[in-house]
Amino acid sequence: MNPAETPQFNIHAGNEFTWNVKPILHEIRHALQRFLDNGETSIIDLRSIPLAPGEEESIIETLGRGEVQARLDVLGASEIYETKYTGVWLVTHYNDSDSIVSRFIEVTEMPDVLKSQREDVVHALNALVTELGTDKT
Amino acid sequence: MTKDKNLKNGAPEQVNLEKGTPVKGTLGEALRSQGVSRRSFMKFCATTASMMALPPAMIPTIARALENARRPSVIWLSFQECTGCTESLTRAHTSTVESLIFDSISLDYHHTLQAAAGHGAEEAREVAMEENYGNYLLVVDGSIPLDNPGYSTIAGISNLDMLNEAAKGAAAIIAVGTCATYGGIPHANPNPTGAVSVKDIIKDKPIINVPGCPPIPVVITGVLAHFLTFGSLPELDHIGRPKAFYGQSIHDRCYRRPFYDKGQFAETFDDEGAKKGWCLFKLGCKGPTTYNACATTKWNNGTSFPIESGHPCIGCSEPDFWDGGGFYKALSMPTVDLSQTAAYAAAGAAAAGVAIGLMNRSKKNTSNKIHVKTTLEDLKK
Repeated sequence: MNPAETPQFNIHAGNEFTWNVKPILHEIRHALQRFLDNGETSIIDLRSIPLAPGEEESIIETLGRGEVQARLDVLGASEIYETKYTGVWLVTHYNDSDSIVSRFIEVTEMPDVLKSQREDVVHALNALVTELGTDKT
Repeated sequence: MTKDKNLKNGAPEQVNLEKGTPVKGTLGEALRSQGVSRRSFMKFCATTASMMALPPAMIPTIARALENARRPSVIWLSFQECTGCTESLTRAHTSTVESLIFDSISLDYHHTLQAAAGHGAEEAREVAMEENYGNYLLVVDGSIPLDNPGYSTIAGISNLDMLNEAAKGAAAIIAVGTCATYGGIPHANPNPTGAVSVKDIIKDKPIINVPGCPPIPVVITGVLAHFLTFGSLPELDHIGRPKAFYGQSIHDRCYRRPFYDKGQFAETFDDEGAKKGWCLFKLGCKGPTTYNACATTKWNNGTSFPIESGHPCIGCSEPDFWDGGGFYKALSMPTVDLSQTAAYAAAGAAAAGVAIGLMNRSKKNTSNKIHVKTTLEDLKK
């Protein structure tokens, strides 16, 4: 078949059917309001919502990128950044094949996974103590 | 250098804070010994919560429970099956996060995956059953032939005998795939081997059905993660499936659902409706009667699912899906001759349409008796 004759199939969301984008953006708006009013944090699991091809990208595009971004190396990469709406973070976890395994929108001061974890600090302190103990100088 | 108050006899004292030290023999300790940081573990828990369709607010609970979970022994029996379920599962294993779940179980017998063969393999199964009697998880894929035990045997042992023996000491049974859960393709008319499901045989053990041909990999791992997290089976629907994954129909979670509501359907696989991504109901989509997580969890690391690729759902996680009257026949079309609806219509229904509706509701039962072969002509419709 001539490439020009190849039928084009619209499996990506066009402007006409992005039904789920606005409701999720409103959900984020409500979460941000709650966070401001009483400090309540929220997490939205983007993989639990039926989204048409292109809708997730549309949400992410609307949220944009803000001032802070981080890349973690934890069981594969994780990408975390604050969107252009302060207090709204996008957290994307990848496996070691760089496939997305989960994606969340967090409304918080800072996602918990970014903070140093007490258990890791204990481990770090032990490691540092051992390091100093073997250092004869 | 100033001598640190922690230094005794010149040697530093190891810090041993109670909090942060995982309990011995638990998943938390196993992960820590593999160098998995707490931060990594949190990522694992967040992904597990998403996998189990639990609200993100449950993540701290999952973290606490998983950290203290002990490695259960798992015995996996494969009967009349195509190995597609194992294939699906091992694809899940390519993911780092999901592989942690498998690292957290002790898979003591799986005749496709284990290195041992013959008597050595069977001995491993017997030892695991004896040592973990009453506590091991039994996973079964494939149906069990009742007509003639010789149709399917392992090491000369009939599937029926092996299942009965292994079920005795099991804490719970996970039936994986539509063959183990409802008989599947071996059970399809005319069912030459007399194939039945696990639940048809075992009546005195908790059984969780994880149907699908094959099941979505993360659904299998999600069920295992649930067992590890809560030490119990998840909430099940009326045919034994975990509600977290099978609680909603494909149709209800389908991104093409708004087209259905607006009455916009693809009539053929290459018409304008198909090109515009309209609803595939008229092309035989079984989404409205099929309960599974494909529409949100998706396949191939979340790439897509059949409807997203332009093919109707064939309803593979439902009982008797193979005998449902044709993959390309719309659910609204009767699977039998309309004249047979007379019995329903005679009950007072004024229009044939009402009778058709009744027929569709009883489709699951009639499909056992009426087997409609899909022909090339069906595919062309």
